[in-house]
Amino acid sequence: MNVSTTRRGFLAGGAGLMIALSLPMGRARAQGAAATAPFAPNAFIRIGTDDLVTVMIKHIEMGQGPYTGLSTLVAEELDADWSQMRAEGAPADAKLYANLAFGAQGTGGSTAMANSYMQMRKAGAAARAMLVAAAAAEWGVPAEEITVKAGVVAHEASGKTSGFGALTEAAAKQAVPEDPPLKTAKDFVLIGKDLPRLDTKSKTDGTAIFTMDVYRDGMLTVLVAHPPKFGAKVKSVDDKAALAVKGVEMVRPISSGVAVYATNTYAAMKGREALVVEWDDAGAETRGTDEIYASLAQMVAEGGKTVEEQGDIAAVTNPAQVIEAEFRFPYLAHAPLEPLDAVIETKGGKAEMWYGCQFPTFDHMAVATTLGIPIEDVSINVLMAGGSFGRRAQGSSHLAIEAAEIAKAAGRDGAFKLVWTREDDLKGGYYRPITVHKLRAGISDDGKILSWENVVANQSILTGTPMAAMLKGAPDSTSFEGSSGLPYQFGARRIGWGQMESPVSVLWWRSVGHTHTAYAVEAFLDEVLEAMGKDSIAGRLELLPPEATRERGVIEKVAEISGWTGRTRDGKGYGMAYTKSFDTYVAEVVEVEDRGGKPHVTKVWCAVDCGVAVNPDVIRAQMEGGIGYALSAVLHSKITMAPGGEVEQSNFHDYPMLRISEMPEVEVAIIQSDADPTGVGEPGVPPLGPALANAWRALSGQKQHQLPFLAGVIS
Amino acid sequence: MTKFQVNGRDYDLDIDPDTPLLWVLRDELRLTGTKFGCGVAQCGACTVMLDGVPRRSCVTPISAVEGSEVTTIEGMEGPEITAVQAAWNEIDVPQCGWCQSGQIMSATALLQQVPSPTDDDINNAMAGNICRCATYVRIRQAIHAAAKTLEG
Repeated sequence: MNVSTTRRGFLAGGAGLMIALSLPMGRARAQGAAATAPFAPNAFIRIGTDDLVTVMIKHIEMGQGPYTGLSTLVAEELDADWSQMRAEGAPADAKLYANLAFGAQGTGGSTAMANSYMQMRKAGAAARAMLVAAAAAEWGVPAEEITVKAGVVAHEASGKTSGFGALTEAAAKQAVPEDPPLKTAKDFVLIGKDLPRLDTKSKTDGTAIFTMDVYRDGMLTVLVAHPPKFGAKVKSVDDKAALAVKGVEMVRPISSGVAVYATNTYAAMKGREALVVEWDDAGAETRGTDEIYASLAQMVAEGGKTVEEQGDIAAVTNPAQVIEAEFRFPYLAHAPLEPLDAVIETKGGKAEMWYGCQFPTFDHMAVATTLGIPIEDVSINVLMAGGSFGRRAQGSSHLAIEAAEIAKAAGRDGAFKLVWTREDDLKGGYYRPITVHKLRAGISDDGKILSWENVVANQSILTGTPMAAMLKGAPDSTSFEGSSGLPYQFGARRIGWGQMESPVSVLWWRSVGHTHTAYAVEAFLDEVLEAMGKDSIAGRLELLPPEATRERGVIEKVAEISGWTGRTRDGKGYGMAYTKSFDTYVAEVVEVEDRGGKPHVTKVWCAVDCGVAVNPDVIRAQMEGGIGYALSAVLHSKITMAPGGEVEQSNFHDYPMLRISEMPEVEVAIIQSDADPTGVGEPGVPPLGPALANAWRALSGQKQHQLPFLAGVIS
Repeated sequence: MTKFQVNGRDYDLDIDPDTPLLWVLRDELRLTGTKFGCGVAQCGACTVMLDGVPRRSCVTPISAVEGSEVTTIEGMEGPEITAVQAAWNEIDVPQCGWCQSGQIMSATALLQQVPSPTDDDINNAMAGNICRCATYVRIRQAIHAAAKTLEG
């Protein structure tokens, strides 16, 4: 990473520059920010007499950078100095803090920056206009003659200057402008700079507060014994031994299992261990992974339901060569390093929660319904999360409901902290769906792909959740996105989808459908290109139509920065893959070595086009992290069920994670663009797997059609 | 009763002897900078210094701490931790942040032992710390940067 002088300048600007984030520890606090901040022109901005500007961030901070990114947008139009900016998580309030891409408050699909780009800039511009109007009135000068720069309001002719703080009282009395003018890109001062993150300081000295760090008076910690098979229910409970554990206060059955309440975490763990629960497996999934793979393979062989069609694939009857392959992708756990947790406190018919809530609007409704109280009597404080990768984005609101059921089942007011252990997390479902792909391409003698057929079979993520309504009867495209919508020109194409039903719960896992479609498509395409004697990069460029300039841009860029000369060089393998996901274009090249018959990735080059690069350093960080997250999965990860239906993995010893020794060097190039910004949290993930598959095939001759690469090899 | 010291303060606590140090620090002393990630010494998020040596507090029973000196992220002092935290800030290492206290403890212990670590030294010393956000590129860079600062 290139640390620019500007960045150093910011850091050197003051020791107290990156002050620990203030935390909304209660309803009074979250709403009452305005009480200590006399100027609150809208739901997003609080300016205090101390000159500090606090931005209420409507998207959860789980590492991907919205505290920094959204504050940058406000600061840009407000003409604030970066050192005066603070960020705070906005509470659940669908009216004020909806994601404009969803119509409900929530973070997902790498939309935080895209949906906030104009909204946050307008919020900042409105506040700026009101500060200027206040200064004009106070100084008796025309507003047009006033300038604002780095947090200083000034009138040159009269020599008058002021910080924001001194103007807050007067600014609050100004009319809120409807449509304040926004800057043009050439006038940007902060957008496009590597501004330091607002949450780094508190994450390096132990002061950052996450859900698990919240302690309320008299709080009990609660662990839940979940059924060992998906879809099983509690039949009977013997809680005598559990209640005998010192510190265990009560045991209650709830809909998801049996809850053990204790005065501390360790007592809750021991109490849960001492429980004797009999489970009713009548509705449970009892198939093992091999059986599930077999039924998915059957579904792809049957062709699935057509979800995309172009030309007539049946008319391609006599290609010179037909290439076929089947790809298998296991269930994957997200495994955020902070396991799931939530704190709930009930008092006099009201409830307040503190947790890393990724879909506040859904959770808000679900908790009110579970407790049987009006939604106005439930408040949710959205805290930072120690990772999510999709795990906390629950259409089912299962975590919030479990917390609410625990509070309700207690039968009294009080504070309760629900904690999932690592074992609960890995065995607890909500996995990236197990998936099988079948691909078939017909090619001509003169190097053309005449037909392309891709059939996908897996479970739908949306089916069975409140979000299923969004489908309006259409197939769940998150199951096959990325197999559909390809930019490549094939003679004819057909995409099919087979939907499997199972009680195993599934969820979006960082980059959703692209986690498997990108691998199947880009690894298979590379095999087809090789069979036609074509280069990975030149071959792809030939398949792109002239209007595909952004696709071409990232592919050409990654070829340039990696010094691409072909699939092998100096005893190393090189593979390339391209994916557009969440409106962002990414191409990656992987360099791989053979270490004792196993792939070792030494370097990854990445070219990304995400429109305007609001904070290039955050974009680079997300590409680096996405590459590492993907590499961890393709090398090591699989959740499997033994015959009978029980999950075989339990902790990081048998669900291994990428370690520092396996992390490649990463070089990222960001394409210059004036297009509106798009997401970066997920798009770095998809191309890595297929780029590795292609590099490893080039080096070793082995085609990796089943993931993970190192199944059973513990690092 | 277990007698021990945390961040320079004396404690004499009546706690079940098998309770892991991690939960004593968090639930009893409210030192929440030390994190729970796995409970089986696989991820390193709970790393603390026990008599100056990095230890996984999630598998260290409180009975084993009798008479010892525990230092958590909140109580770390000295040139190594100062250099490490400064480098972590300069390079913006953290993403979600959950593992970073543990990473910083391990990195600090490494620099106390090996002032100018090689990439292999870093691989060995940091092997027990998982970062699920995969900030490893920057962790490596920050350790080298901190080492450089300490050289003067």
